[in-house]
Parts: sequence; C-alpha cells; structure tokens
Amino acid sequence: MRWRPEKSYLSPQTDKFLLLVLLSLFFLIVFTALVFGAEVEPLKQASSQTPWWVWPLVLFVVTFLLGIVAVLGGVGGGVLFVPIVGGFFPFHLDFVRGAGLLVALSGALAAGPGLLKKGMADLRLALPIALIASSCAIVGAMVGLALPTNIVQTALGITILGIVLIMLMAKKSEYPEVKKADALSTALGIHGIYHEASTGDDIPWKIHRTPQGLATFILVGFMAGMFGLGAGWANVPVLNLMMGAPLKVSVATSKFLLSITDTSAAWIYINNGAVLPMVVAPSIIGIMLGSIVGVRILAKTKPAAIRYIVIFMLLFAGSRALLKGLGIWK
Amino acid sequence: MAGKMKATEEQLAYAKILDIGMKLGLLMLIITFIIYLLGILSPHIPVDDLPKYWGLSVHKYLEHTGIHPGWAWLSMIGRGDFLNFIGIAFLAGVTVVCYIAIFPIFIRKKDSVYTILALLEVLVLVLAASGILRAGGH
Repeated sequence: MRWRPEKSYLSPQTDKFLLLVLLSLFFLIVFTALVFGAEVEPLKQASSQTPWWVWPLVLFVVTFLLGIVAVLGGVGGGVLFVPIVGGFFPFHLDFVRGAGLLVALSGALAAGPGLLKKGMADLRLALPIALIASSCAIVGAMVGLALPTNIVQTALGITILGIVLIMLMAKKSEYPEVKKADALSTALGIHGIYHEASTGDDIPWKIHRTPQGLATFILVGFMAGMFGLGAGWANVPVLNLMMGAPLKVSVATSKFLLSITDTSAAWIYINNGAVLPMVVAPSIIGIMLGSIVGVRILAKTKPAAIRYIVIFMLLFAGSRALLKGLGIWK
Repeated sequence: MAGKMKATEEQLAYAKILDIGMKLGLLMLIITFIIYLLGILSPHIPVDDLPKYWGLSVHKYLEHTGIHPGWAWLSMIGRGDFLNFIGIAFLAGVTVVCYIAIFPIFIRKKDSVYTILALLEVLVLVLAASGILRAGGH
C-alpha cells in the first residue's frame, strides 16, 4: 500500500481532550501561583499560612496533566516539570532538578514497554545514542549541582526557548526524506518499518547523518543532566530533523531513550542528596499515571498535533525560567 | 499484514522487564508514600518542618539536617521519609536489569557490536549508581 503524507488535523475528540488538558494545567498553575505564591523563607519562623500538604497535592495534579502532555510531545515531562515547578513552587532548584529527572525517568518507564512492544520505539536506534547521552548526562549532572542556581536557571530558560525556536522554524517532518542510509546506520542495522495507525500505512524508514547525530547527543546528554530536564526536548529534533527518523518513531524512541539517559543522571542527584521524597513521590506517581493515559492516546493522534503541544508548553516554561533566573519575574 | 513492524526478541524482552519493573516500582513508591503520609514510621524530618528545608540548596539542606549523601539512606529506611528511597532506587535501577536481560540475547545472535554497547551501558549505569561520583556544592 502506497502512503503519502496527509494534511495534518486533529480528530474532534482528541482536540477537545487536549485543549481541556492544556487549559486545566494553565489555570491550575496560575491559580496556585496567585493564591499560594507567598515566598517561603527557609529556616525562619514559618510565616506562610499555606499548610505543608498543599504543595505536594498541587504537585500531584500538575504532574498528572504534564504526564499526558509529555507523552504526546515526546519530551519526558522533565523539560516541563523543572521550569514550571521551579518557577511556581517553593522548592529549591536542586530538588526540582533531582525530581525532574526522576519524573522524566518514571514517565519513560511507564510509556516505554508499550512503545517497544508496538514497534514504535526502536531499540537498535536507541542503544548507541543512549550510551553516549547517559555518559554525558553524568558529567552534566555533576556540573549542574556545582554551579550557582541563578546561572543554571538562566541557562535553563535560554535552552528551552532555543528549542522552541528550532521547532518553530523547522519544516514539517512527519516523514523526512532520507534518500540513502549512511554507512554507520547500515553497519549498525538501524532501520525498520512501523505501522501508522491513523492512516493504516506501513512506513519503512532509515536514517542518515548518524555520526553527526551521535555527536550531537554528547551535548544533549550533558544538558539533560545539568538541567534535570530529561532529554526528550532534544532527542526528538535530532532524531527527526537531523537523522531523518519519522516523527512518531522519533517521539517513541525518544521517550524510551529517556529511561536510560535519565537513569544515569538521576543516580547522581540521588547520591548527592538532591532528592526530597515529599517532592519526588507525588510527582512520580502523578506523571506515571498521566503517562499511561498519554500512551493510549499517542497512537490515535496525528503527528502535527504533537508538535503544537510541545511548542506551546516549552514557550511558557522557558520564558518563566529565563525571567526568574534574571531576577525579573520572581 | 505485509511489512508490519514486528518488535525484535531483545526489544520484547526489554519491554517485558521494563513493564514489570515499572509496575513494581510504582507500587512500592505508592505504599511507602502512604506509610510516610500516615506517619506510621517517624520521618527524619517532621512533615511540618519540610517548608523550612525544601527552599534550601542541597548543600545547606544536608548541612542543616545532618543527612549523609550516597547510599547512607539505606541506614535510614526505618524512617518514614527515607523508606521512599526503596521505590525511588528500584525505579532508577530497572534499566540496569533490562540491559542485563538482553545481553545474552545479543550474545546468542552473535551481535558483537550491540553486545559491547549493552555491556558498556551497564558499566556506565553502575558507575552512576555507585555513589563514587560526588558534585561540589554551591
């Protein structure tokens, strides 16, 4: 059966559901910031009237919604979690980053099995990348924990906004044209066929620019570890735009990749004490439950819808992180 | 269906262990978190005092609470808050188990490149988990 790219659109049911998720997330964050946004002074007499349990509860709800959106965008949740929680909650960025990695990891663990079984995530594509990215994530995590917070916050914002620009400027890439697989990907046996559920087509794929892509993952892994973001924010563009993997294969493999990259960086944060159970536990539970819901939706969505969701969330989160790091929006 | 993607043997094996590990880890985390919230085991840091500490940098947090980094949390799992680290560590360790599981498949298939890749990845993850690598404070 011949296939060709279709004009992308959202099904009415998915459209309404996604809109509901985004609006809920937006209003929840704004409401929380307005009502409970009093700055908590550490180690002074508790002057905040906010009961301690409010923040973990809001965290649970926010991360559940993030879990749904993160699967659809292939960005692991960490890239949304860190700037949003770091910007609107009273937790120090060290703990937010530690939690962010564990959140991204958990979302990937929840989504990974289904994506691997369906053949949407490709193990042979992921493994070489994972080795490079996870090694560099360790280095990034150690550097990130050593740097002053405002520097990390500012750099975080710039990074996220940079990714938004790249995604906005990139051409449509649901099915990139790869004329010929390069020698490295051929030698590694990186190619496949996946079944596109929305169109009913079987889509063969191969990749190119493999050496360049692998080299890029050095930087991706380092930044993922440093910012506690996970790595999905860069995995998808590199896999899709640089290496030419179809968008859904890129999104699915990216999600799976997070489970490996984030594991190495997360252990650095755990072993350096930057993990607070009252922050981590509700976040992980929330995002894992959200991710399970997100996987069920992924196969039924159109590729273009995924990109729009990611762009919107990243723009919001990145702006906040940058302005906070610069001391403009405290 | 002709040309339909079929997941490879190692992919299915990885997925199966990942699925079981994820569910077990999530279950552990939920149970230990409930124990923590209910106060069944006394936490090292009382929950009412948490707002005093969660705004501090990790360096100051460790300093003020007397918590030691690394695998020292194992000696504190009798505390309600540190009990949660069991689930956290389990979730962070699932990937290592998955790699170990697919390692013999690659060997059997005589896929030397991916055998080496899997072995190297296990070494990287074990190094990260070992607690040997410590970051400087800020």
